[in-house]
Amino acid sequence: MADFMYLFWNKDGKSKMEKASPEEIQQIMKKWMGWMDALKKSGNLKDGGAPLEMTGQVVHGGKKSVTDGPYAEAKDVVGGYIIVSAKNIQEAVELSKGCPILEGDGMVEVRPVLKM
Amino acid sequence: MKEEIPELMDHLFRREAGKMVSYLTKIFGLNNLALAEDVVQDTLCRAMETWKFRGLPDNPSAWLMRVARNRAIDIIRREQRFRTFTPDLTYFVKLQESLLPDGEKLAFENEIKDDQLRMMFACCSPAISADVQVTLILKTLCGFGVEEIASALLVSADTIEKRLSRAKKVFQASGALEEVESIPELQSRLQAIYDSIYLLFNEGYNGSQSEMMVREDLCYEALRLALLLCDHPAGKSPKTYALVALMSFHAARLKGRMDAEGCLILLEAQDRSLWNKELIGRGFQYLDLSAQDGEISEYHIEAGIASIHCMAETYEQTNWREILKLYDLLFKVKPTPIVALNRAIAVGQAFGPEKGLVALNAIEDLEKLKDYPFYPAALGEFHRLVGRDKEAGVFFGKALELARNPSEIKFLERKLKFNLRM
Repeated sequence: MADFMYLFWNKDGKSKMEKASPEEIQQIMKKWMGWMDALKKSGNLKDGGAPLEMTGQVVHGGKKSVTDGPYAEAKDVVGGYIIVSAKNIQEAVELSKGCPILEGDGMVEVRPVLKM
Repeated sequence: MKEEIPELMDHLFRREAGKMVSYLTKIFGLNNLALAEDVVQDTLCRAMETWKFRGLPDNPSAWLMRVARNRAIDIIRREQRFRTFTPDLTYFVKLQESLLPDGEKLAFENEIKDDQLRMMFACCSPAISADVQVTLILKTLCGFGVEEIASALLVSADTIEKRLSRAKKVFQASGALEEVESIPELQSRLQAIYDSIYLLFNEGYNGSQSEMMVREDLCYEALRLALLLCDHPAGKSPKTYALVALMSFHAARLKGRMDAEGCLILLEAQDRSLWNKELIGRGFQYLDLSAQDGEISEYHIEAGIASIHCMAETYEQTNWREILKLYDLLFKVKPTPIVALNRAIAVGQAFGPEKGLVALNAIEDLEKLKDYPFYPAALGEFHRLVGRDKEAGVFFGKALELARNPSEIKFLERKLKFNLRM
């Protein structure tokens, strides 16, 4: 078993949620909770991770300049992460396909955590 | 993090949205309704992001209210100089200091009920037209989204947006969300609320939308709002109780009204075991409450008629003579062609189809019923009962032409088919 981090990417920040009705928001949340719960029950959820605010700052360069972040080039933003344990990256990728972010515009970045 | 997923109450977000919008509008003022809605949207999104990872909090409603309130405090602090906020400062100061200790929970619940009531009165202001009122209530008090409302009322989302912005323009000129007691002409405003709630219920009960779930939701929302009215000294009255009774009796029969294919089932064919006994019980409870100081409104009478149907264990046991007496009374109070039609049907049921036909043909202002499929359907039915199948067929055909939605079409097609086979 190895560890993999799922980084949840939202396209253009969260523009889709701004138009969602309360009922729709609840439905989406229910889907997420169902998916996370399944990962927990199957023993794959290693670290429940955390959600991230959509704001932030970026520090870069020797001069340590600070700009408003978190935008890199595109306007896509990481909204949160969890850590999952799986046999290999293929399994990790398979498990990530249940993520509700994929039903919208978002994506899941699957990164193997370096083994010590 | 919680071990198992506790059940998230159905429609929790929608219901809490309604409460939060009212609460925040009281804080920000009616002219800042859009801001209140933004904060609610933010709060729900925040809840989704947080609860996704951390699981449900012990008290989801309290969590939502607290976050919304804190955001409101932030906004007021930040924007006091740029926006006109009309809450009195003492309230604002209280906001900053109160931490909602448990002992105040009931006081807070009552405060929220009061805020929703103020919102209901504001939505039914005479400056806002009736169709806009229902849309506004659905958006602000019931937490429905624009698409959901459009779909429920069978109009375009664009129409809904236009209605809402018209209402907000009216509100722009307002200040604070008025206390109910300070509203001028309280009684006529109350009547406007009754009309809106009745309209809302009707949309759900008889609406053209054949999507059953949405329709039932509208009925239950109308009931919830009427019950909210009952809880307040300004709204509590025999007429309000009668309205609750009336809607309870009708809502009790929702499950029996349509078959699996979305076709209407007539009262005589409904499976009464599907009727909701709890709602019927509540209907009688409120019917009793409404019988005070001799005031008889149309709601009283309609509730009475509905109660007689609910009392009958089978269609054959329905006390049609009592129903007819009530229709006679209703017609005095509300002499519309539709009431006359329903009365004529009761005549036919109580005294035989020939008498029913006489009553149907004696209705005044038949012009007003020319687009109403159930008038020719009733004629067809009574002709059929006396054996005049050809005439019946003609009338059922006319009725089918007038059908306004898929369930009516299915229902009338069946009547026609059944008649043709004889």
